[in-house]
Amino acid sequence: MATIEVTSSARPASKPSFIKAVWAVVQKDLAAELRSRELLSAMLVFSLLVILIFNFALELDIKTRQSVTAGVLWATFAFAGTLGLNRSMAIEKDRGCLDGLLLAPVDRSAIYFGKVFSNLAFMMIVEVIVLPVYSVLYNTNLFLPGLLMVILLGSVGYTAVGTLLSAMSVQTRTRDMLLPILLFPVVLPVLIAAVKASNGYLTGTDMSEIMPWLNLLIVYDVVFIALAFMTFEFVVEE
Amino acid sequence: MIQVRKLVKRFGLKTVLRGLDFDVQPGEFVALLGPNGAGKTTFLRILASLSRPSLGDVSVAGHRLPQEAAAVRARLGVVSHLPLLYGDLTAEENLRFYGRMYNLSELETRITEVLEMVGLETRRRDLVRTFSRGMQQRLAIGRAVLHNPEVVLFDEPYTGLDQDASVMLDDVLRSVAAKGRTVVMTSHDLARAEDLATRFDVLSRGAIAASTTRRGLKNTNLLAFYKQALAN
Amino acid sequence: MQKKPAALITLDILAVVLLGIATYLALVYAPTEAVMGQVQRVFYFHVANAWVALLGFVAAGVAGVVYLVTKDRRWDIIEVAAVEISLVFFLIAIILGSIWARPIWNTWWTWDPRLTTAAVTELIYIAYFMLREGIEDPERRARFGAVYTLIGSASAPITFFAIRLFRTIHPVVIGSGDPGAEGTFAMTSKMLVAFLFALFAFSVIFIDLFWNRIRMGWLNDKVEQLKLKVAR
Repeated sequence: MATIEVTSSARPASKPSFIKAVWAVVQKDLAAELRSRELLSAMLVFSLLVILIFNFALELDIKTRQSVTAGVLWATFAFAGTLGLNRSMAIEKDRGCLDGLLLAPVDRSAIYFGKVFSNLAFMMIVEVIVLPVYSVLYNTNLFLPGLLMVILLGSVGYTAVGTLLSAMSVQTRTRDMLLPILLFPVVLPVLIAAVKASNGYLTGTDMSEIMPWLNLLIVYDVVFIALAFMTFEFVVEE
Repeated sequence: MIQVRKLVKRFGLKTVLRGLDFDVQPGEFVALLGPNGAGKTTFLRILASLSRPSLGDVSVAGHRLPQEAAAVRARLGVVSHLPLLYGDLTAEENLRFYGRMYNLSELETRITEVLEMVGLETRRRDLVRTFSRGMQQRLAIGRAVLHNPEVVLFDEPYTGLDQDASVMLDDVLRSVAAKGRTVVMTSHDLARAEDLATRFDVLSRGAIAASTTRRGLKNTNLLAFYKQALAN
Repeated sequence: MQKKPAALITLDILAVVLLGIATYLALVYAPTEAVMGQVQRVFYFHVANAWVALLGFVAAGVAGVVYLVTKDRRWDIIEVAAVEISLVFFLIAIILGSIWARPIWNTWWTWDPRLTTAAVTELIYIAYFMLREGIEDPERRARFGAVYTLIGSASAPITFFAIRLFRTIHPVVIGSGDPGAEGTFAMTSKMLVAFLFALFAFSVIFIDLFWNRIRMGWLNDKVEQLKLKVAR
């Protein structure tokens, strides 16, 4: 077996730039997921099943459908989201990869943002598939730019907090089960605002009524991204 | 290369390491021995910058921990008993990811070099989850030395390996240790440790109970030395 | 065995006495409200309890931040005490609120901002304890507890505003009355006395329970320490 020869022009290891590190993590997650597609297919199938259950649980006749569409969509995303968050962190924890990430000379916040972007990407892929399915099943047009923006803002807040909390829950004894319990009470403002704003766009309400909800979403997103990335190192480092 | 003074590590109210002193010169290959629960893994994790000391001074490759952790990490490689590899990525994709995280230049050349060194060049496009434990461990070592670290830490690297895989690992370990690298390895396998290491330290009840070099073992064997150290 | 400090014993007695006086004031001294009748008397303790719970909530948030900064275990003990007390007092406030709501609005529950936020905060607290339960290492338990307290403290106020916004834009009529009215009534001077005294009494009760609980946590720590010493 050859011994290691270092080529003379190679520079020694150093800290990669923040963007580079974040992008490396995102690429890694996307590449792995594209290959196995386990996470995405689980989230997708679960979402469709939840919508199916809602169909019978709520008797979505034409009249009531309009008022509950926003709620059904966000409940679906909230539940399916936990699957993705759990799985994304479990992959890091199980083979000790979290240590692998921590051993690299990168900022802990870069690891955080990398995971957030990956989780966000997965969540949005699922949302992008669920929307047309729902549209077809219930003959409602969900492709409104306003609605898509709300889904983005809401998903950002959800994954920002969810990534932090999943990093915690994966290190406890109860693991997967704990994440929804930790996440849902804390992410409630996102769900409230997202449902109200979505509903506003779907029913064509005046912008002045939707604005406060969008503001709330933005405030939540900003506050919690800041809190989460500041406290992430306390969660992963001993 | 490694200097530890009066290292104390507490977990809540339990003290695992008590005033540990440890000095390693560049190029030494230290086998860290000790019973389960003595604190070997805890100690290694602190050296690896994965855990913070409660008290005491730790310095690795010329940089203090935990203050200069990033600088230490760039010069340090770690092999634990967990593979630290992504099963859904190929061998080269794994190395590429870590190469990026260490900001390495000429990454592709480096990846090929390392794969050749650990004998996995032919399997570079295979998914890691198809690898046997022995192959994963070899790739893990490849990952650990990808950035050409000055110090390499091994935590029970032979765990779960069969005879053939262990022999392969011996070779890889020797080539890692060549070229003046500093190595600290914890192991339960005294025979292997005796074969590979130049120095033997025994960690017992949170401190170094005894230390000797290969020369010091001339008139005895490692097992006797080990038992003696624990009896004290 | 450490004796209870005299000051704390005095506080215990004072708390009980004040509770007694407050009860008298609420049930006997204050006049019966014209519209709502006797059930209105619940109001004095309902608000006082909510006030105490809020104190605990803020104390927990502050303790969490201080712990993360100082890593001093005492702040973790303070944080747990604050969360426990807040949990219990919010529960009492919610129950008293229900007792009040039933005859007035013919419903046990109104989805008004304060009540709902209190309930959500209770769920955050329960999640907090479940989180701590699932962690063995005391240092990690304290760290995670503090982080979650921080997240929860930031989230609950936002939840409150969200629900309030919910109500102003879409006022929902529940039961036979508009909950926005909150059962408002004009307070006579005697009522004011009962109300303010209840607030004062419960503040003292809060300090008393808080001190006792912190002391209990601290003694518990000592016991664990002694256990470890004996086990060796």
